[in-house]
Amino acid sequence: MKNLLNVSAGILAAVGLTIGSAVAETKVGMITTLSGGGAGLGIDVRDGFMLAIKQSGRSDINVVIEDDQRKPDVAVKLADKMIQSEKVDVLTGIIWSNLAMAVVPSATAQGKFYLSPNAGPSVLAGKGCHPNYFNVAWQNDNIHEAAGAYADGAGYKNTFILAPNYPAGKDALIGFKRYFKGKIAGEVYTKLGQTDYAAEIAQIRAAGADSVFFFLPGGMGIAFLKQYSGSGVDLPIVGPAFSFDQGILQAVGEAALGVVNTSQWNKDLDNPTNAAFVKSFQAEYGRLPSLYASQGFDTANLLISAIEKADVNDADAFRSALKSADFESTRGDFKFSSNHHPIQNIYAREVIKEGDVFTNKTLSVALENHSNVYTEDCKM
Amino acid sequence: MSFVLIAEQILNGLQLGVMLFLMSAGLTLIFGVMGLINLAHGSLYMVGAFAAAAIAGLTGSFILALLAALTAAAIAGAMVEMVVIRRLYNRDHLDQVLATFALILIFSEGTRWVFGSFPLYLDIPSYLQGPVSLPGGIQYPLYRITLILIGVVVAIALGLMISKTRIGIRIRAGENDREMIAALGVDISKLYTIIFALGAALAGLAGALVGAIQSVEVGMGEPVLILAFVVIVIGGIGSIKGAMVGSVLVGLTDTLGGVFLPKILQLFMDISTATNVGSSIASMAIYILMGVVLIWRPTGLYGSRL
Repeated sequence: MKNLLNVSAGILAAVGLTIGSAVAETKVGMITTLSGGGAGLGIDVRDGFMLAIKQSGRSDINVVIEDDQRKPDVAVKLADKMIQSEKVDVLTGIIWSNLAMAVVPSATAQGKFYLSPNAGPSVLAGKGCHPNYFNVAWQNDNIHEAAGAYADGAGYKNTFILAPNYPAGKDALIGFKRYFKGKIAGEVYTKLGQTDYAAEIAQIRAAGADSVFFFLPGGMGIAFLKQYSGSGVDLPIVGPAFSFDQGILQAVGEAALGVVNTSQWNKDLDNPTNAAFVKSFQAEYGRLPSLYASQGFDTANLLISAIEKADVNDADAFRSALKSADFESTRGDFKFSSNHHPIQNIYAREVIKEGDVFTNKTLSVALENHSNVYTEDCKM
Repeated sequence: MSFVLIAEQILNGLQLGVMLFLMSAGLTLIFGVMGLINLAHGSLYMVGAFAAAAIAGLTGSFILALLAALTAAAIAGAMVEMVVIRRLYNRDHLDQVLATFALILIFSEGTRWVFGSFPLYLDIPSYLQGPVSLPGGIQYPLYRITLILIGVVVAIALGLMISKTRIGIRIRAGENDREMIAALGVDISKLYTIIFALGAALAGLAGALVGAIQSVEVGMGEPVLILAFVVIVIGGIGSIKGAMVGSVLVGLTDTLGGVFLPKILQLFMDISTATNVGSSIASMAIYILMGVVLIWRPTGLYGSRL
């Protein structure tokens, strides 16, 4: 399972490059999940990232990719190896918050830059923030806050909420409640990795709610939606994009049609960068990009924009180049808050069917230029 | 706390129980007859689900998909037995655990090569969709009722096969004394292959049936495998009856605990603490049950030997 891919960007271009040339090479270590459950997310981040590197045509960015198998201990070992023997300048790639918590603090303490293409745990946005840590995706609470705001705007008064019993699940329900003003008809924490939701669906039926909010990433969401649609409960559902992204929707099928979910990105967002990204991603990999792919793509473009401005060995200059976020994002306007997390629009999308393919259509802006609540806790 | 909610949760517990039975029946037979710990049983569950999803995608028929799941898992089981497991019967349990753990990795990555990393689509057929009304005003999904019925039918068939047929006699004899029935002229290696394939086919069937309401993805078998081990430890290793009783006990404990513990705790705690504490205790409930059963009966409910 050792998946060592030494991808030298623009290998063709590098043919003519003389060894020992004066061009400083930036070495990037990508630790992401490429095997086991949840591998789809890591593969999308990797493919989006490598697409941007390829399109830049740069031969001075060397990306080392390794598989963390979704295990914190493996991720820590890989990070140590990349920092000590591969001597990378920048780390990126981690999908899961618990893995990010295991890797990021020690990597940034050793002076490396970390660009998060996905995980955004609240600790790293607040008390544990670091000048060398940048999150290009979102702070964990953001997407759920937008779901709360949407549910509120849609006039729901009594919502049943559920999430897995682990830190990101708790963040999700707290985030939802922060922006939802109605009553909570019931609040349930399910087991992480649970696949049967019959018991929870029966509780939803008995609770007298007018809507349901759930955060169940990956296979958990697929199972929940399929069982929910067969249960005869027909309350409207609101959820974060993680259960409705491109990789998952085809497995959910009809059960997801019409569900409103919140995301910072969608493939129909109207900006030239996004249109070009969606088209080239499809051409390169033969599938539609997911939000994870867009996050990987944006992360790489942020990195490239910083490399163009500053040398990675000059940490202060490189940091301020990153901080200025001077790149064309697939989400349109993008800038960093004081704790290095995005300030961006978060959209409400609806699941639709285009031909044979299930996908999302943007409905409205759920939260505009949204930052996060942890900026005040972050002292850097 | 209404009657309808309680009745529905009991049905949910039963449904989980019969699906666990399909998994644990094979596991307990393999352990009981061959003395082999088969960690790769969850992979056979996954093979069944993937085979069903592939065939359902090609033909659109759920019945054909179930047949494909049975066949694919049985073939995979028989092959694994002949190529790998056969060499492990005389080794100690540690070697068996290592080898069958390796099989999990091989099956998982093999499945990823063939089917890719994204979850597959497998849905319940239109004629089993939607809820039905049961007496007492209970609305319950038709598919889950079908699952309960299939599970009960398989349990009865398996029970009859073990108690009434020639192969059943051999299986029981094999459990009691392997050397003796070999000496009596029974082709023991063929018997082992048949038992292994039978157990695998049941796991594959469970995978396909459950895959239709859950997600068909790599690694889906391992969480179920853990529950199945709890079941056979509670029921007594090697006993089909024990597997049946253990499955229903675990199914009911898991479902009812998850729902009612937080509710009970709410009587004397505030809601969010009760939810937190209740969910945590509920996830331990089946292991507490296992502990209690083992203290009371160290060999499990119907287990005969240590």
